[in-house]
Amino acid sequence: MFRNQYDTDVTTWSPAGRLFQVEYAMEAVKQGSAAIGLRSKTHVILACVNKASSELSSHQKKIFKVDDHIGVAIAGLTADGRVLSRYMRNECINYNFTYESPLPVGRLVVQLADKAQVCTQRSWKRPYGVGLLVAGLDESGAHLYYNCPSGNYFEYQAFAIGSRSQAAKTYLERRFENFMGSSREDLIKDALISVRETLQGEKLKSSICTVAVVGVGEAFHILDQETVQQLIDSFELVREDEPPAPEAGDAVADQSEASAPVAEEGAAPMDI
Amino acid sequence: MTKQQANWSPYDNNGGSCVAIAGADYCVIAADTRMSTGYNILTREYSKITKLADKCMMASSGFQADVKALQKLLAARHLIYQHQHNKQMSCPAMAQLLSNTLYYKRFFPYYSFNVLGGLDSEGKGCVYTYDAVGSYERVGYSSQGSGSTLIMPFLDNQLKSPSPLLLPAQDAVTPLSESEAVDLVKTVFASATERDIYTGDKLEIVVVNAEGIRSEYMDLRKD
Repeated sequence: MFRNQYDTDVTTWSPAGRLFQVEYAMEAVKQGSAAIGLRSKTHVILACVNKASSELSSHQKKIFKVDDHIGVAIAGLTADGRVLSRYMRNECINYNFTYESPLPVGRLVVQLADKAQVCTQRSWKRPYGVGLLVAGLDESGAHLYYNCPSGNYFEYQAFAIGSRSQAAKTYLERRFENFMGSSREDLIKDALISVRETLQGEKLKSSICTVAVVGVGEAFHILDQETVQQLIDSFELVREDEPPAPEAGDAVADQSEASAPVAEEGAAPMDI
Repeated sequence: MTKQQANWSPYDNNGGSCVAIAGADYCVIAADTRMSTGYNILTREYSKITKLADKCMMASSGFQADVKALQKLLAARHLIYQHQHNKQMSCPAMAQLLSNTLYYKRFFPYYSFNVLGGLDSEGKGCVYTYDAVGSYERVGYSSQGSGSTLIMPFLDNQLKSPSPLLLPAQDAVTPLSESEAVDLVKTVFASATERDIYTGDKLEIVVVNAEGIRSEYMDLRKD
């Protein structure tokens, strides 16, 4: 109703107490192709769907190494994601230079969040249109955070962002309780299955998905295509044994996705 | 009215010598491990050699605090390069970066006398030698530091062509093998240790070749 009157400017509140520009920025994240993260006690895995605009072009780079112990997967405006990755890399280098130790993930995430918040309170700026899944390891263990254009961030056991991420989230919600004790291989398998969930029937191949790992004794690195294809092949055999439940779950997820845009009068997404 | 003199100096000289010799497919970089101040020894086991990139090592003598700051800066710059270019810096690229970094502080220099050694983009050994403000040159061999005045003439004698009148002009009398170069370095340091009080304790030798990087140590006189 009032949405169009109060949404021109990020510095204008709506009567319901919402900043529509920020919410629109979060919509941009939902439009991007899916990115998934999950963690155990010792490892964090990031996986994402690589969509190319045409067969002739190369895939968008969605996973960035920030430091040996931190990596990030993005969904939304990739250009914004690239710029924020450069900022994160810089922060890590500067911290390491001054303190001769790696930047704790929690600190980096707060700095990122504060940077995002600035853009929600300046009339000459716009919010970053990208959601970041920050995966990292520090003295306090393995961490996965989600940074939102609103300036909010949360720590997660597992999370998925981007288009059709609800299907992946449903799968992760069923399995996340086991993740803490999972082995590295099981974690990667769960990540690949989550990616497959978002593909809605399309065949999962290493050419459309990227996987990155960071863990105790293992620096952040992106797995090469061959390794990923081998992993896909090794568990594809299990696909036949998968109970029909995921299929039913997908159908339900599709319906809820379709109804989401209509629910405008609900709680502002950034309050969640 | 006499000119005002400084009552303290921001610099100190921690002594020591560095050498690097380039071969057809290897590079030997060596430095002693003694760190001193004035007539005192601070420690007998301080490494003056650092790895800047996969195939690029730097040995620096002079004021070790400035050397440390320089090493940290170059390491950070290398990280940025890797993020931007998705690959390691080549030795010639690092050589230029070091030169620019030194000249940046032209009016309050790093008191650091550097020798860069590694493999160039073709896999051949390369050595770059610097002064404190970044003037540099690619050479076949070089030495820097307190013992360099003793070491350099000896290296010239062993490695440079016997006479400029000899035709065709040769860089070295005979191309050295890796083990010959390492032996030469050991000989050179043993001699320098005899007469230079700031050189001694232990010799650290690093060899860079196609297989990677390996280190070797040799004891030197401790007096």
